Amino acid sequence: MRYAFYPGCSLESSAKEYRASTVLVARSLGIELEEIPGWICCGSTPGHMSDKLVGIALPAHTLAAAAKMGTEGVLVSCASCYSRLRAANHAVRASEAFANQVALALGERYAGDVPVYHMLEIVAKAAAAPGFEEKIKRRLKGLKVASYYGCLLVRPPDITGFDDQEDPQTLDRVVAALGAEPIAWRHKVECCGAALAFTHADVALKLSGEILEDAKSSGADAVVVACPLCQSNLDLRQRNIERFLGIDLEVPVIYFTQLVGLAFGYSAGQLGLGKHMVNPVPLLKRRGIHV
Amino acid sequence: MTHAGSGHEELGVTNFLEEVESQTGEKVRICYQCGKCSAGCPVGYVMDLLPNQVIRLIQLGLRQEVLDSSTIWLCASCETCATRCPREIEIVRVMDYLRQQARLGGHTHAAREVPIFIHSFLANLKRFGRLYEPMLVGMYNLASGHLTKDMDKAPAMIIKRKLALLPSRAKGLHRMRQILKNIEEMRHR
Amino acid sequence: MARIGVFVCWCGSNIASTVDVKAVADAAAKFPGVAHAVEYKYMCSDPGQAMIRQAIADKRLTGVVVAACSPRMHEPTFRRLALSAGLNPYFVEMANIREHCSWVHDDRPLATTKAIETVKMLVEKVRRASPLEPIRVPVTRKAMVVGGGIAGIQAALDIANAGVDVILVERSPSIGGHMAQLDETFPTLDCSQCILTPKMVDLAQHPRARIYTYAEVEEVKGFVGNFRVTVRQKAKTIDHAKCTACGVCIEKCPASVPSEFDCGLATRKAVYVPFPQAVPAKPVIDRGACLWFTKGRCKVCEKFCPAGAVSFADKDSLVEETVGAIVVATGFDLIDRGLYGEYGYGKLADCIDGLQFERMLSASGPTGGKLVKPTSGETPKTVVFVQCVGSRDDSKGLPYCSRVCCMYAAKHAMLFKHKVKDGRAYIFYIDIRAAGKGYEEFVKRAVDEDRVVYLRGRVSRMFEKDGCVIVKGADTLSGQQVEIKADLVVLATAITGSEGVRDLAGKLRIGFDQYGFLSEAHPKLRPVETNTPGVFLAGACQAPKDIPDTVSQAGAAASKVLGLLSSPELVREPLVASVDEAICIGCFACENTCPYGAVEHGLRKDAETGLEVEVAKVNPGICEGCGACVPVCRPKAMDLKGYSEEQIYSEINALSGRLNVKG
Repeated sequence: MRYAFYPGCSLESSAKEYRASTVLVARSLGIELEEIPGWICCGSTPGHMSDKLVGIALPAHTLAAAAKMGTEGVLVSCASCYSRLRAANHAVRASEAFANQVALALGERYAGDVPVYHMLEIVAKAAAAPGFEEKIKRRLKGLKVASYYGCLLVRPPDITGFDDQEDPQTLDRVVAALGAEPIAWRHKVECCGAALAFTHADVALKLSGEILEDAKSSGADAVVVACPLCQSNLDLRQRNIERFLGIDLEVPVIYFTQLVGLAFGYSAGQLGLGKHMVNPVPLLKRRGIHV
Repeated sequence: MTHAGSGHEELGVTNFLEEVESQTGEKVRICYQCGKCSAGCPVGYVMDLLPNQVIRLIQLGLRQEVLDSSTIWLCASCETCATRCPREIEIVRVMDYLRQQARLGGHTHAAREVPIFIHSFLANLKRFGRLYEPMLVGMYNLASGHLTKDMDKAPAMIIKRKLALLPSRAKGLHRMRQILKNIEEMRHR
Repeated sequence: MARIGVFVCWCGSNIASTVDVKAVADAAAKFPGVAHAVEYKYMCSDPGQAMIRQAIADKRLTGVVVAACSPRMHEPTFRRLALSAGLNPYFVEMANIREHCSWVHDDRPLATTKAIETVKMLVEKVRRASPLEPIRVPVTRKAMVVGGGIAGIQAALDIANAGVDVILVERSPSIGGHMAQLDETFPTLDCSQCILTPKMVDLAQHPRARIYTYAEVEEVKGFVGNFRVTVRQKAKTIDHAKCTACGVCIEKCPASVPSEFDCGLATRKAVYVPFPQAVPAKPVIDRGACLWFTKGRCKVCEKFCPAGAVSFADKDSLVEETVGAIVVATGFDLIDRGLYGEYGYGKLADCIDGLQFERMLSASGPTGGKLVKPTSGETPKTVVFVQCVGSRDDSKGLPYCSRVCCMYAAKHAMLFKHKVKDGRAYIFYIDIRAAGKGYEEFVKRAVDEDRVVYLRGRVSRMFEKDGCVIVKGADTLSGQQVEIKADLVVLATAITGSEGVRDLAGKLRIGFDQYGFLSEAHPKLRPVETNTPGVFLAGACQAPKDIPDTVSQAGAAASKVLGLLSSPELVREPLVASVDEAICIGCFACENTCPYGAVEHGLRKDAETGLEVEVAKVNPGICEGCGACVPVCRPKAMDLKGYSEEQIYSEINALSGRLNVKG
């Protein structure tokens, strides 16, 4: 299976470990990733907040570029990019007039027909198929994991169509397939406040803090995520959260691809576990997972 | 006090309501103010108007009040409201439209950091084609006056190699600039 | 020689604003066979009808075409008029220039042309009409009521008290329905069972009433005045003739399942009486739960029964009843409270629905009338009532209002406060619908006397935390988000039609909507009748409603039944199919096509050969005049009275201009 890979801005810089682990897991699953040539930023939240056309044309350009590659579709790891790419497909298909405007902006026509997949759905599909079990070199037994989906993977349902928007299970199933224990908790799809992380940090700290608190009080050892913005809010700013809310957290927040990579036998170095602010290695050691 | 009747701005069937509906494609008029959006909004606690109030003011044609609110900037686009709305109104799409109109009309003082951030982000894209974080933070901090914000993160991020010290120009930079330019021209026509 | 009168109606402005009625009358005057053509503002009014009657006399009219509304509105009106004027009613036709013309077109010239053409067609039809006489069928002076809740019980009582025999069929082991599950009822706070059980007993003891419980309608044949209903009496496995209701079998039975009557808050045995005041008060065995029937062991009840009333060999039996009219009173169901993910998908044990709360309030309920938090057994101090769960929701639920929830939420909050004096009750609402007599005052009482707090806003989400249910709502009136840590949450879930009602509707050939509510014949003017003659509706099966409206409707349905059964004979329209036996070749394609089973086999003696030939015959008492048999008849022996082949072709030809009809 060959996919057009769209890393997105974060995977190039502050989320390099997400990119590294995505590539490794894809390799183990026999998936070929070909980076989309000349890809540009999807615009993320500021894109659609500033102008409807800007918000759609930017991701549409990347999709148009991917259309020429003859692959299964676009594979993306960032939930925000995923949302914008799918929104672009949706908008271009919904209105002829708007598709014309996008065509004028891009200088080429894009029909909205390139499928867009999040790495999580690809991994989940593989985890349910035969052959997955054999790839697991380290069963993550005893590790209690809170699966955090965030907003943009599951909402709005008519754009992402990903999973149940109130109690999704895709990531939980992947966690279980690795031998770890997905715990039931209340903040699976609650917003972490990423959009306001720069401008109104207090809000992001409060929202992220509530998520981490709930994960911890529900018995989670770690939180697993599928988006670099969520990861950044929950991990990078965890010390700030602890100070702001006056609580102790020490909850490692890792990318699900890193978890899968661990199960597949890759090392902490390969998976970039050291790049996290809250170091997950001590926890893993405590659970008998030696990396 | 809001007036209706001959000589006054008509309540209920208003230019602003029609403008929002036709530009967004959302049937704002059928909102029956159940409040489910406001009840579930994670950022509601810091907004000056709750989401349902914004929708209500649009229904009543009160453009100025809506565009001057901090709500439209504080909305985190998390889609919780739109997903649960029983009248299937895509509130985030309405908020996006209001944000655009607010920027165009200079209504940016209610939560000024957000439009400044949006501007810094887009300027960053125009410059580099992708996000170059130090530049983004730098520009934003300067423009917003929060000079040392997030600087505490920098050392750790640099050590862990999460922060590129030098910008890398995206291969698609040329295309990014071209697209943004095209759109600007289309707007002026 | 035909002398037809054409009467074109303005219908106020309904027709005249789009169709040039004068032009239609003028054009009609020139049609062959037309002796009189006029227009008038309201043809169905007294002066309008008098005008027609006068014209029939003065112009010696042999036929009448009224160009006006749909025949479904006023065909009976004008046919009655003709009869009283001495003209056979089947020489009267209506040309629909309203529903089929003025109401659906804007273009005046085109609409006028269409109206003229329509009149042309109907004139040609009337020219080929035959005098028809109504068919008289005997009526069985007996009624059946399907469903034994308050609607069914009331309808049955009203019918029985008027001296007409009535049979009530109820599928659960006892009559009583949902009303028997309620604690106190609004707006009087009357004890539900106290006002219901006397009616249940009255019915059970009534000399003119027979009740089948644990029984269902299996098949319905026949037609108004003569329905042949097959009732399946499910095997009770207990012989009620011998049973003394001592209760030993129930005590000894080892098998337990969740109790339907207690909405899953308690269990019942496989052999059970649904509730202590059940009518009949004798048990039945639920074979799906009984260890003997599922696993082949036990039979303890048989061993201990002092009256030898347990009969494991019992089988379902089919009973045929002939009745003249049927009242459907199958009630309602609540939607699954697990519909919303944001409300926990039904997995939060401390979040229950309205009927479950009623069972908890009830003194004969699973907690003996004590309010408890399901997870801890403690008395709940903070209770949140959420209205509109599933109702008024275009997105995930049902678009309509369930009508009764505003009232019962207020009632629930009040009853909670009566039991837990230091408790706090919060109701999340969008609007308060309290339109009935005494209802507004009742809601005020909740706030005034019992200090119930009303918060205007839908609840966005609820989840469990530290043993409580966190409810995230809003109060739009004060513009704030509201978060409540509740001990117990009661959801006012939406009401739909009863489970299985669509199958029953199919058997009775009555309509239903996409929500499972049965279709009334006309929402304003005929709320208790259906489009099938002889079948009536009462209660929540037609639409959500409270007890006062249900009892009123039950009385209304009973009065329709009594009207129908008041004469020994029913007069049916003669618009039925008939066979020309001389042509019929006996292929019986018509019999295979007829949906009503109206085709029978007859014998004709062939004049030439003297041989007896099998031919088709139509039973005019059963035939509904649908006409499906006519096109399948190969030798063209079958025809439909009032819509003969000749008449239909003449209409088509008039339209296509082949008959050289100038107009």
